[in-house]
Amino acid sequence: MEKKIDKTGIRIGMWLFLYTEIILFGGLFVLYAAYFHKFPELFAQGGEELNTLVGTVNTVVLLISSFTVAASITALQRGKKGQTIAFLLFSIFCGVVFLINKYFEWSTKFHHDIFPNSETLQNGPDGLNIFFGLYYVITGLHGLHVIIGMILLMVTLTLVMKERVHKDRFQLLENAGLYWHLVDLIWIFVFPLFYLVI
Amino acid sequence: MTATESFYHTPSPPGLKGIWAWLLTQDHKRIGLMYLWAVGLWFCIALCCGLLMRVELMSAGRTIMGPEVYNSLFTLHGVIMIFLFVIPAVPSIFGNFFLPIQIGADDVFFPKLNLLSWYLFMLGAFLAVASLFLGEGFPDTGWTFYVPFSLTTDKNVSLTVTAAFILGMSSMLTGLNFITTVHRMRTKGMGWMQMPLFTWSLYATSWVQILATPVLSITLLMVIFERVFAIGLFDPGKGGDPILYQHLFWMYSHPAVYIMILPAMGVISEIIPVFSRKAVFGYKGIVLSSMGIAVAGSLVWAHHMYTSGMSDVAVFVFSLLTFLVAIPTAVKVFSWIATMYKGAIEMTPPLYLALIFIYLFCVGGLTGLVLGSAGTDIHLHDTHFVVAHFHFTMFGGTGFAFFAALHYWWPKMFGIMYNFKKAYIGATLAAVGFIFHYVPMFILGMQGMPRRYYDYLPKFERGNFLAGFGGFLLVIGIILMFYNLLMSFRKRQVAPQDPWGGTTLEWSVPSPPPLHNFVEEPKVKAYPYDFSEVIAQAQNAQAHQESEK
Repeated sequence: MEKKIDKTGIRIGMWLFLYTEIILFGGLFVLYAAYFHKFPELFAQGGEELNTLVGTVNTVVLLISSFTVAASITALQRGKKGQTIAFLLFSIFCGVVFLINKYFEWSTKFHHDIFPNSETLQNGPDGLNIFFGLYYVITGLHGLHVIIGMILLMVTLTLVMKERVHKDRFQLLENAGLYWHLVDLIWIFVFPLFYLVI
Repeated sequence: MTATESFYHTPSPPGLKGIWAWLLTQDHKRIGLMYLWAVGLWFCIALCCGLLMRVELMSAGRTIMGPEVYNSLFTLHGVIMIFLFVIPAVPSIFGNFFLPIQIGADDVFFPKLNLLSWYLFMLGAFLAVASLFLGEGFPDTGWTFYVPFSLTTDKNVSLTVTAAFILGMSSMLTGLNFITTVHRMRTKGMGWMQMPLFTWSLYATSWVQILATPVLSITLLMVIFERVFAIGLFDPGKGGDPILYQHLFWMYSHPAVYIMILPAMGVISEIIPVFSRKAVFGYKGIVLSSMGIAVAGSLVWAHHMYTSGMSDVAVFVFSLLTFLVAIPTAVKVFSWIATMYKGAIEMTPPLYLALIFIYLFCVGGLTGLVLGSAGTDIHLHDTHFVVAHFHFTMFGGTGFAFFAALHYWWPKMFGIMYNFKKAYIGATLAAVGFIFHYVPMFILGMQGMPRRYYDYLPKFERGNFLAGFGGFLLVIGIILMFYNLLMSFRKRQVAPQDPWGGTTLEWSVPSPPPLHNFVEEPKVKAYPYDFSEVIAQAQNAQAHQESEK
């Protein structure tokens, strides 16, 4: 039985799912707020140790990739398969850049003996330990979402190539794009909390 | 294949034979039944755990097991009952089966996602059991996984927590699916205020699921992180705060209580009007109270933590909010009673179980007020009083509503009728056993017997013995109920399309329903609980009988 695709319904489902993801990170932001209230000075001190430049580069990279994902959807809706594929490839490439950046950032921290359960943090003040604990948990979980988003984009890319996702059936690409925007959106909150505000 | 052939006999898709036609099905009815068997199995296992614990407590000192086994057993009982029975039972089984039919749809909006939810449920259940045999043994933390104990115990907590995480995912996806289904797939002509109350309650529940479950997910994830990396987010020695864990945990787990009870209330709201042959009193009131409970119930989580060390202001505020939840709950109870008032009541096993539900749930609700007020809670916190209270709401409430739903929809799901007399006896035994089982616990709690304890002072012995005795009665009653239902497969007594005189859409289709649910376009009534036709038919039949005499 072939049914008409209910685009609005699919969108509602996706938005509800995205909503749960935001609440998921919301729990972590609540923790951040509570501990920031408890150790404001030490959080400021921890924030100064983070490299704002790397964070900014990553923000820009994600914003650009968000744009190219959106562009790929428009390209698909206009029936331009080649453009769609190019835009998607570029977006995935941006995700890779983001992760490489993150890798270098984390390994520098590791090099300075700043990682969960490290001696510097264990013997240092409590607030600093919590700050970096949250830093690793939140950026780590966000990184995991970047990876999931990239996998989603790759799956969509393959289906676009196989013409299973096309001009009249673009919901999968649209939803993958929405997911990617979510990853971007969460980063937009994470970035100022750790790199800028304090 | 004729249009009216039931979904059991529909031809399997090519390449899918026998068991695969079930395991890879996207039909909401088959998925509902798959949940039924899985959940039923878990319920029986957890019931056995509970009974074993009670046998252990029947006399002081060691009776049949050591303290470590006891700790594992109550964790297992709690985890299975909460995550594998009480939360999924009504929405996953009856929701999946009847929500689409009640709104005149062919299926849920995302059938594949629905199947995925079932697999996630089974995976989570499997992991929960696997953690029993892997590692250092089953977790002994209780189902709340409170830090710091859950971080320091050497038992296999990580795996159990992962299992709970996956189960949360499954329940979230089901909620998402239901909301989209209700919004997009209602049949033409069915407005919001023409939806059956069971559907409404599922809709409210789904919102709570989506709102609350992610908070549990992140909390459980953090327990895993803590166990693996020992960051110290909840460890006071490293600057963390264990109270924050409790806040996050209850931010989900208290709303979860309403995930458990709202669908149960929906079931009762279906049953009461049907057997009173009277339009439900205050339809809009019941709808609004469902949504009201969903909202108010999300704001009361910290009433689990009065003794944990919160500020007095917080205790006051949460105590007040807790009392507010009583209002929409009472609206429902009064509506049910007002529906029965001057109704033409026809006693049947579903109605009988629904009445037991109302009684037991009211006891549970009222003792909840005792715990909700901070003053009395300080005295009763973590005693057997709490155990008795939440069993009255969870088991006397959701459990009995589950039995009621089972008896109410059994003829529709399987097309067969069960023995009424055995059902009455089973239900009575279960209810009497229930009261015998839990009322002594109220008294024990007030006398000061703590919960979760393996051993106790001699003065608590009589109460515990009585409770254990009641427990056996309860289990015998439940076994009789299940036996009676299962026996109906052997003595196949074919059920008519509408054995109870129900008016919602599921009673307008053959039993069991055909593959595509509706043989003809469903006719939506202006008001879902309009019994004028049913009554007129009954009167006609009666007049016909009399004229024949």
